Amino acid sequence: MSFINYSTKEINCKIVYYGPGLCGKTTNLRYIYEKTDEKSKGKMISLATESERTLFFDFMPLKLGEIKGFKVRFHLYTVPGQVFYNASRKLILKGADGIVFVADSQIERMDANLDSFDNLRDNLEEHGYNLDNIPLVLQYNKRDLPDLIPVSELEQALNYRNVQYFEASALTGKGVFPTLKGIAKEVIKKLKG
Amino acid sequence: MNDKKWLYDEEIINKLSEELELLKSESGASATFLIDKDGQLLTCASHNTEYDTTSIAALVAGNVAATDGLAKLLGENEFSILFHEGENEHVHISLIYKMVILVVIFDESTSLGLIRLRVKKFVNRLKDLLENAEKNKRRENNDGLFDDITDDDIEKLFGPSDSETGQG
Ligand SMILES: Nc1nc2c(ncn2[C@@H]2O[C@H](COP(=O)(O)OP(=O)(O)OP(=O)(O)O)[C@@H](O)[C@H]2O)c(=O)[nH]1
Ligand SMILES: [Mg+2]
Repeated sequence: MSFINYSTKEINCKIVYYGPGLCGKTTNLRYIYEKTDEKSKGKMISLATESERTLFFDFMPLKLGEIKGFKVRFHLYTVPGQVFYNASRKLILKGADGIVFVADSQIERMDANLDSFDNLRDNLEEHGYNLDNIPLVLQYNKRDLPDLIPVSELEQALNYRNVQYFEASALTGKGVFPTLKGIAKEVIKKLKG
Repeated sequence: MNDKKWLYDEEIINKLSEELELLKSESGASATFLIDKDGQLLTCASHNTEYDTTSIAALVAGNVAATDGLAKLLGENEFSILFHEGENEHVHISLIYKMVILVVIFDESTSLGLIRLRVKKFVNRLKDLLENAEKNKRRENNDGLFDDITDDDIEKLFGPSDSETGQG
């Protein structure tokens, strides 16, 4: 739920990067962090295991420009993608204004993508949201690797709402900012009511 | 769909800030904040500048959410207070009326007993305020303030410097 603070003239929105384990959610955030200048970002917090898997969440606050005299801030979160962390994943989703679903384009990860997408639907429902209408964009990540699922196939499997999708390679940064802008647009459009 | 609109109200935020200020001075704490359960800072007492309030809010909300999940698993209604004791600084976290989270940071210049006492009083004072706010919540809306946002406005949010990095 975007939080509009009339006394400080701030709009805060929560964006959650969701997707199967190792699909590249944390890598997206790291890239954004690296490429954002000091004055527009806060600390990036990663609650991770020793092997760098997300344990609870990654978090980074991003200060954008202004809209209608209101300072716009985005709080970016990633969830832990590993199946057995579902309880924590669900917690992070609470209060989300928009979702970036990051799919792993490698052929052997197709089932994991589908499972994670179903899991997103279930977890949203438990918070009283609906996957059919929450601001959402899709990112087809790891397009730099060989043996990829064709985009048309990912589209058919995941994009039933016909939302914006982005081909990306989070490792090199390709598609990372377009994805972020894409979800920003969707979330801000929603402010209109 | 938005159940938190009441908190946006300037009047309420100002009231809460005053109360936080009072709590801070009465208890001898080094910082007092109110955050929402989703990890956004609602307001804090002044002179909290040495703290990274944004990060603290995100971590505390995660902490409260995890503890709450644990409570449910154990069949408890809630664990309403968390206390973290450090060597120099301590953090007292309480979930108030299941609505907002109060964070009090303090050191050896005061005591846990005093903090607890003052927090209790603070919570009582907040009760009326939050209840009234709750009644008002339906009234609030954006007044169409954001109705005519254009794609261009949104593009500008990211500033000129990001457009290079923004290439796909
Ligand atoms: N080749 C390639 N590797 C990538 C890309 N994005 C991420 N990776 C790699 O994939 C691995 C996992 O990336 P993470 O960002 O940690 O994945 P995650 O989605 O956060 O995983 P969990 O935290 O377990 O949910 C890392 O070794 C990354 O370097 C990409 O676009 N291309
Ligand atoms: Mg991760």
